Amino acid sequence: MKVYINGLGSVSCQEGTRNFKSADLTKVSQGLNQATQPSYKDLIPAGMLRRMAKGVKMGIYASHSALEEANITVPDAVITGTGLGCLIDSEKFLCAMLENNESYLTPTSFIQSTHNTVGGQIALQLQCMGYNFTYVHQNTSFESALLDALLQVQAGELDNALIGGVDEIGDMTMHFLQLAKKINTTDEVFTKGVNYGEGATFMVLENRLTAQSYAEVVDTDISNRIDSVPDYIKTFLARQSLTPNQIEVLVVGSNQTANDGTYYSEAQNICSNSVVETFKEFSGEYHTASAFGLLNACEMLKYQQLFSTGESKSIEYILVYNQFDGKDHSLTLLKKC
Amino acid sequence: MEDLKIELKGKIIEVLNLEDITIEDIQDNDPLFGDGLGLDSIDALELIVLMDKDYGIKLSDPKEGRSIFQSVETMATYIAANRTK
Repeated sequence: MKVYINGLGSVSCQEGTRNFKSADLTKVSQGLNQATQPSYKDLIPAGMLRRMAKGVKMGIYASHSALEEANITVPDAVITGTGLGCLIDSEKFLCAMLENNESYLTPTSFIQSTHNTVGGQIALQLQCMGYNFTYVHQNTSFESALLDALLQVQAGELDNALIGGVDEIGDMTMHFLQLAKKINTTDEVFTKGVNYGEGATFMVLENRLTAQSYAEVVDTDISNRIDSVPDYIKTFLARQSLTPNQIEVLVVGSNQTANDGTYYSEAQNICSNSVVETFKEFSGEYHTASAFGLLNACEMLKYQQLFSTGESKSIEYILVYNQFDGKDHSLTLLKKC
Repeated sequence: MEDLKIELKGKIIEVLNLEDITIEDIQDNDPLFGDGLGLDSIDALELIVLMDKDYGIKLSDPKEGRSIFQSVETMATYIAANRTK
């Protein structure tokens, strides 16, 4: 059974939430880049809003946009991916433990410190009693959610699924990562440092083609470590009887730092006919940033237009390749509807 | 007592993250739960922790909490009479 992406939603470092054209976007230029927060008041009751962490609010907003676009009120499943979960409340809870000598622990930050809070709150808002799962697999967290939904819709277990990736910046954790020279600071750009971001990107996978459909999700694959990028890509595409030469656009999760290694250049070499598109200079790096890249790929396919230049191009296949520091490789193949 | 009530209102706003509500918006006798501020059971737990942490008052009887948490006025009266901090 074919699986289509029929709705998209995003909250990111950018002002807008959709229809991204690189010329209209601002490149992230600092070590830490907060997501631009939309107004949540029309969407979430004030009583609930005051207790929600940023990641939860971003997730609810992005999922609402995706569902609205797909014209689905309650999905069959809510499947999320997150690298670090609700980090702000986790930090708040741990700080309270330290400050109060493990006494006086309040419930709100504890309840919200679990990784599945976003998926749970989305389901509560929607009164969705279906399958609800959260994957916490570092830089393949989102792809794990995608793979789960893809397999279940392909198998006929679900008609549709709301999937997404969400991560938020927590000051304490980011400070530690800056001390470890993994995230750039305002004063220093480290050899392996990245400009960090945050955000939520959600999409609706469905077994039916609609006028709203963005792309067909043909296949996805996750591998923690690989021996050879060319072999990884060739083997993956061979599952669909394709070769790298048939990929018109290659979307890579490059940070343009030493973390990239030679992985992305090897991917570009093997997909020699492809136009290469990048996205992390607009989203920042975070564990589920690849969902932002997939969103861009969907829009490129639907509108048959390149993200970087806005130039029209006939695109049949897009391959999205992401990895971080030589680990957590993922490939997702999209096809024009 | 008036100072305590103002202090209490500020702490309630801060601890419960009552966005868009100021100290002036909370009247001394406004119900905290239900029709008033609309607090719920999780908020009640937060208030119990606040009483213990900031005023040294441990509430162990839930029935007792019901009357204490009726309003800022009842909370302040109870705190003034029982505080150890």
